[in-house]
Amino acid sequence: MSSPESSPYSDTDAAPHGKARATEWPLWEIFIRGQHGLSHRHVGSLHAADAESAIKNARDVYTRRNEGVSIWAVPASAIAASSPEEKGALYEPANDKVYRHPTFFDIPDEVGAM
Amino acid sequence: MYAQMIKSTGEGVKSLDDMEPDERAFQERINAGGKIEPKDWMPEGYRKNLIRQIGQHAHSEIVGQLPEGNWITRAPTLERKAILLAKVQDEAGHGLYLYCAAETLGVTRDQLTRDLLSGKMKYSSIFNYPTLTWADMGAVGWLVDGAAIMNQVPLQRTSYGPYARAMVRICKEESFHQRQGFDIMMKMAKGTEAQRKMAQDALNRFWYPSLMMFGPSDAESVHSAQSMAWKIKMNSNDELRQKFVDQTAPQAEYLGLTIPDENLKFNEETGHYEFSEPDWDEFFDVLKGNGPCNTERLEDRNRAWNEGRWVREGLLAHAEKKRKTAIAAE
Amino acid sequence: MSDALFEFLCRMGDNTLVLGHRISEWCGVAPVLEEDIALANTALDLIGQTQLWLGLAGEVEDKGRDADRLAFHRDVWDFRNLLLVEQPNGDFGRTMMRQFLFDGWHLAQLKGLMGSDNDQIAAIAEKSVKEVTYHHERATDTVIGLGDGTEESHKRMQAALDRLYPYVGEMFISDAVDEEMVSAGIAPDPASLRPGYDAMLDAVLTEATLQKPADDFAHKGGKSGARHTEHLGHMLTQMQWLQRAYPDATW
Repeated sequence: MSSPESSPYSDTDAAPHGKARATEWPLWEIFIRGQHGLSHRHVGSLHAADAESAIKNARDVYTRRNEGVSIWAVPASAIAASSPEEKGALYEPANDKVYRHPTFFDIPDEVGAM
Repeated sequence: MYAQMIKSTGEGVKSLDDMEPDERAFQERINAGGKIEPKDWMPEGYRKNLIRQIGQHAHSEIVGQLPEGNWITRAPTLERKAILLAKVQDEAGHGLYLYCAAETLGVTRDQLTRDLLSGKMKYSSIFNYPTLTWADMGAVGWLVDGAAIMNQVPLQRTSYGPYARAMVRICKEESFHQRQGFDIMMKMAKGTEAQRKMAQDALNRFWYPSLMMFGPSDAESVHSAQSMAWKIKMNSNDELRQKFVDQTAPQAEYLGLTIPDENLKFNEETGHYEFSEPDWDEFFDVLKGNGPCNTERLEDRNRAWNEGRWVREGLLAHAEKKRKTAIAAE
Repeated sequence: MSDALFEFLCRMGDNTLVLGHRISEWCGVAPVLEEDIALANTALDLIGQTQLWLGLAGEVEDKGRDADRLAFHRDVWDFRNLLLVEQPNGDFGRTMMRQFLFDGWHLAQLKGLMGSDNDQIAAIAEKSVKEVTYHHERATDTVIGLGDGTEESHKRMQAALDRLYPYVGEMFISDAVDEEMVSAGIAPDPASLRPGYDAMLDAVLTEATLQKPADDFAHKGGKSGARHTEHLGHMLTQMQWLQRAYPDATW
């Protein structure tokens, strides 16, 4: 659903859009394991041309040179997500984008900054 | 700051009784302090307003890199250079987090970017003011970031989950921004005569534009009422502006600098400062594109985007070739 | 000895100072947000390294000059950076090509310095080598990606390589300062780093589908300070302006 053509946003009166270019880098979900040995935790998303650069970008964006971290980069389109409790008829906005929310996996605060 | 400029498209606030079941459940969840997540049902107006608000917020971070970036190559010490660069880099990061939050609503970063570049979408007007001396780095951090924090801290509790979480991260990272600005101001205000003058001049130029960051008075606005019912706007513009003045006036006094407002005085009865309104005609001029730097800011963003196109396309083309080679090898 | 050591430390520190400054010019205007953030990280690393190298240079010199004094109060002829790093940014491709060409040498040099008989130098090298390993990886990926990308990106990267290659040779020229560093066990002989560098360069350029220029001509005069390019002076007018305009102020 992230392709501009299928985005419902283009219908808004707020900001009409021109034809989309197909050159936007894909979206990746970033998971990072800190130094305390706990599981990888979802920290956010970013764009990158491929998996390797997604990991490098994640290092620059989400770890700022923290040593000893492990990074997973997952194509956002590859994440399967559960449905919310109310399955009302009308959730066309971002139908398949629940994976994009920044703290999909809850990790206690004691884990510290990652 | 950024949410304060948004006018929602709502038609006034409906009562729960007037709502269809989906919308009522949605509003009740918000009233109870719950979060709305991307896959949840939401009114179209909520989604549109959020896209605009988060998008403008993101654009403000990105355009906001420019006035401070203007001084990175002239920073007076290695440490100041590193601090300023780290701060402006944070702003790029904050823009990135916010674009990602907007993307959960069914819009891409490229779409939002194109709307910024074409002038369809706005960013905070404060960044259309020039940074003319090193003291402006102090004033921007102290006043502009100070005003931004007033708005951003409550937004950590906003109803839309991805936005709230982005704000949590942003507020955490931003905690040093205002302090570094104040630190520069202290150094200047207590420095040589020339430095003190520079500091006062910066305060003179940034005071009223900072007050404008909260937007015009919204006491009468039904739009604001809807955004507040949806908890995508947490406080009224006037409320935040007052809080900002109350916080900033004693700091200026500490610095030995004079806020350029002869009506500024503390009211013992209310416990608040009284102050002059900024020139709202100027505000609307800047909003319309006639600020001192509107043209330059958009030119810079457009140039960066256009000159970067071959890079984005080149790296994508290489990734595609690699992918095909890998598939062929299997 | 301390004169040569001071000279050597200025070379290290001026390289990172000048390149860090150049990279910081990109802040806010890079081709995409992720690159903007990454470039700022590189610049921050280099500025941090500058504080260490020039700080040590000031100590060795023992005339009361600290890193800031050296960075902001010397004129062009006192700078000892390679000509390569003072070259203007050009487009993003040229910036990343310059980074890649420098990082390859920088990494080898720092690895050599980790074994230095001078403990302070070895310690700075050890800290820096981690940062520079990453700079080199990232720049290498970008050179390969853009070299092999589209027709336009390929053309631009080849042009960047052609433009900058004449500044590669200076990194490997040994002079009297280097000889003194080698004999004191402080630093590796620059010439000794060339074969490894060339092998790295050939491998990356092949993957990037780029042609190494046939002419090995090398401009020189940066690390000796004998003849910088015109670009450095303009950079200094900006970088040093506040310190020069308000010499009695602290910031």
